[in-house]
Amino acid sequence: MRLKYFVALAIVIMVGAAMVVFAQPPAGSGSITGKVTYTGTPPKMKPIDMSKEPSCAKQHATPVTTENVVTGPGNSLEWVVVFISAGEQGAGGPSQAARYDQKGCQYTPHVLPLEPEQQLQIYNDDQTSHNIHPLAKVNQEWNKSQPPGSPPIDTKWEKPEFIPVKCNIHPWMHGYFVVLKTGHYSVTGNDGSFEIKGLPAGKYTVTAWQEQYGTKTQDVTISGSESKTANFVFTATPY
Amino acid sequence: MIPNKFAVRFALGSMALLTLGPTVVTAQATHVNSVNPNLGAPSVESEQSHIDGVTGHAYNGKKLYRRFCIGCHGPDGNGEGENAQWIDPKPRDFTEATFKCRSTPTGTLPTDEDLYNAITRGFVTTNMPQWRPLSPQQRADLVAFVKTWSPRWAKEKPGTPLTIPSETPITIDSILRGRAMFQKLECWKCHGPEGHGDGPSAATLTDDKSNPIRPYNFSTGTRFMCGETNQDLYRIFMTGLDGSPMPSFADVVKPDEAWDLVHFLRTLQPLKTQEASLWQSYVSAHGKDIKPIGPDSAAGAQ
Repeated sequence: MRLKYFVALAIVIMVGAAMVVFAQPPAGSGSITGKVTYTGTPPKMKPIDMSKEPSCAKQHATPVTTENVVTGPGNSLEWVVVFISAGEQGAGGPSQAARYDQKGCQYTPHVLPLEPEQQLQIYNDDQTSHNIHPLAKVNQEWNKSQPPGSPPIDTKWEKPEFIPVKCNIHPWMHGYFVVLKTGHYSVTGNDGSFEIKGLPAGKYTVTAWQEQYGTKTQDVTISGSESKTANFVFTATPY
Repeated sequence: MIPNKFAVRFALGSMALLTLGPTVVTAQATHVNSVNPNLGAPSVESEQSHIDGVTGHAYNGKKLYRRFCIGCHGPDGNGEGENAQWIDPKPRDFTEATFKCRSTPTGTLPTDEDLYNAITRGFVTTNMPQWRPLSPQQRADLVAFVKTWSPRWAKEKPGTPLTIPSETPITIDSILRGRAMFQKLECWKCHGPEGHGDGPSAATLTDDKSNPIRPYNFSTGTRFMCGETNQDLYRIFMTGLDGSPMPSFADVVKPDEAWDLVHFLRTLQPLKTQEASLWQSYVSAHGKDIKPIGPDSAAGAQ
């Protein structure tokens, strides 16, 4: 009986020691790069009529469209968040404040990845009032008015979640706060490419998230400081 | 071979009984609150509410809920009762713990008193009636029970209620300043240039469940959703109506300005108020010079 307890205790101690050792891994030099593309027919993005908001309309030389599925050359997908969803130990804490702008009656960036408890500053750069209404379900939903010239709204999110954000005054305004458990993420550019840097050796699950098409995952193992490639292909539907 | 198979089956069967048994028993014992997806919510046995010296108990509230509320708000508190399909706006989903009428900042839980007032007052222009026929004790019991639908009530405290300073004098200057704010804060984008609820964005509005929702039409002259006094009106736009498109203006409107806006909003209602008579005499004196509210308007500059 006593022996059993000793064995159990030894296991607990060993696991504890292992956790201490792995809790603060050195910043690695491995990386994952790749490209996010689609097959099939993506929907046509609708043009946005801003004529009722002239102060915003005049900021855009070319017509603005919705941004649910933004495509680029070679069937690439923009605004896809690629991040480490499993395999990471002791993610580094968020560093500086994330900035989210309302400019020309659009959200810039359209998709903002950030970490829980990371400072988030929301600016209104326009000559019109906006209301910022993040439709959080896991975190708490709120809704604040921000007239032109008001100071930035200083806030943060507590839990990981994909949070759609909208402005009810300008119904076409639509964006995302992507709150991730990891500091290792990347958002694809117009060419669909991404790069996740600073990864220590290890086995990882990489997830790509697109606001309309959901998530795709794949496993990537990094040994040493190698750079691995992971490409994602989403099936696009016109609706 | 045969006894072996039997043994396996027996073992599997008893395991299933062990796992399922307690679940079935609890489900039968509770009826309401049987499938609570929000683990960690306050327990029906112990949750209380405190309103003006009255202590409400959730276990009493549960019986009242089953009698009076379940038809619309549903057996699971998610607003999907059997009547819900015929109702617009939809009954509140208590599992989200998002409430429109609060005295607390946007994104925080309401106070017990806020919920008590909501039950007492009901919501005009919706299917939620007044519950004044219930005793204060019964209403307090219901408040306690409503708080057992979401774990937020176990983890968080209600926000700090908004302090409303005493009302500034009702003058035509105050009304005009309020009118300028109605223009500048873009209230008219939803509520319309004359407060008829017909602004350019009105038709696009949806609540947090993507159901269409109407902005308040001041020309109906009814009570507001969250009360009828000037203080109630002040509170509505300062705290915002969470879950709806109505934002909080607490960070951008100072108390004096808020009273100015209250005074102006009163002139939009077809009521015989002091504000309305001041405004009418101003209109008959300066009618031609008043710039209408709307796009490209100089109403902001009076």
